[in-house]
Amino acid sequence: MLDRLANQLDFHSKALVLRAERQRVIASNIANADTPGYVARDLDFGNALKNATGMSSGGSGALSLPMARPQGGEAFASTVGMGGGMGGDGGGRAGFIPVSSVGGLPGGSGENGLAYSIQAQPAMDGNSVDLDRERAAFADNAVHYEATLRFINGSAKTLLTAIQGQ
Amino acid sequence: MSMFSIFNVSGSAVSAQSQRLNAVASNLANVEAVAGPDGKAFKARQVVFQTVPMGDAGTAGVRVSQVLESQAEGRRVMDPTNPAADAQGYVTHSNVNAVEEMVNMISASRAYQNNVEVMNTAKTLLLKTLQMGQ
Repeated sequence: MLDRLANQLDFHSKALVLRAERQRVIASNIANADTPGYVARDLDFGNALKNATGMSSGGSGALSLPMARPQGGEAFASTVGMGGGMGGDGGGRAGFIPVSSVGGLPGGSGENGLAYSIQAQPAMDGNSVDLDRERAAFADNAVHYEATLRFINGSAKTLLTAIQGQ
Repeated sequence: MSMFSIFNVSGSAVSAQSQRLNAVASNLANVEAVAGPDGKAFKARQVVFQTVPMGDAGTAGVRVSQVLESQAEGRRVMDPTNPAADAQGYVTHSNVNAVEEMVNMISASRAYQNNVEVMNTAKTLLLKTLQMGQ
């Protein structure tokens, strides 16, 4: 029983770490919005979380992971040409090419493949940061980070209530 | 803590953008100058940004790698009464393009604001993380 609750906490803590990683990567993109030759990066959160939790299709722990599955990724990619942003955490990231060889954050929790972004409007100086997309992704990621925090707080409160028995 | 490096990244960007704003301010101040410190016409200065890797993959700050002087020809204006006029009566003004500098200024200030916003968001998130479990 306690094991299940702890599992949930564990899962959310991994998600939180990955959200922080993604926030950092997007912050780097925004910082380099004017640097010539800079190539924008992004973290495929769904795959990274899969790797971090070691979850395959079954979903071993208390949670199955529907958001990490590319459900109709192609359809999503074609309808939402802008890619990135909202709900792009599903498998088929529209705006990004995953490059597995560059992945592997050192010391991180698993093989978080960082992807390179595809330019919607190429710039003369070779910079591939799309500031609108990055800002959207940043806000999106911040909200998700807070959501994960709330889940953790909820789990912790549940545990505490169970321990105190009140 | 990976979130803390956001402050390094955005801080480096804010610093680089403020240096760019400084260059713009100096260029705009000298837009009508006929002579710089060396006695020749003032040359517009532009900063060049460069990516600085910071630790982990995907974490990249910015720095100003060099400050270039524009080599464009200065504006030549016929004004024989000016003490800086040459033998033909022409005065060479600085080669600053005021319109370009204004555009540069808007771009720099927007980039600055973006990075400040990023830092604010990161700060909010970190503070909320500190309150975890309370």
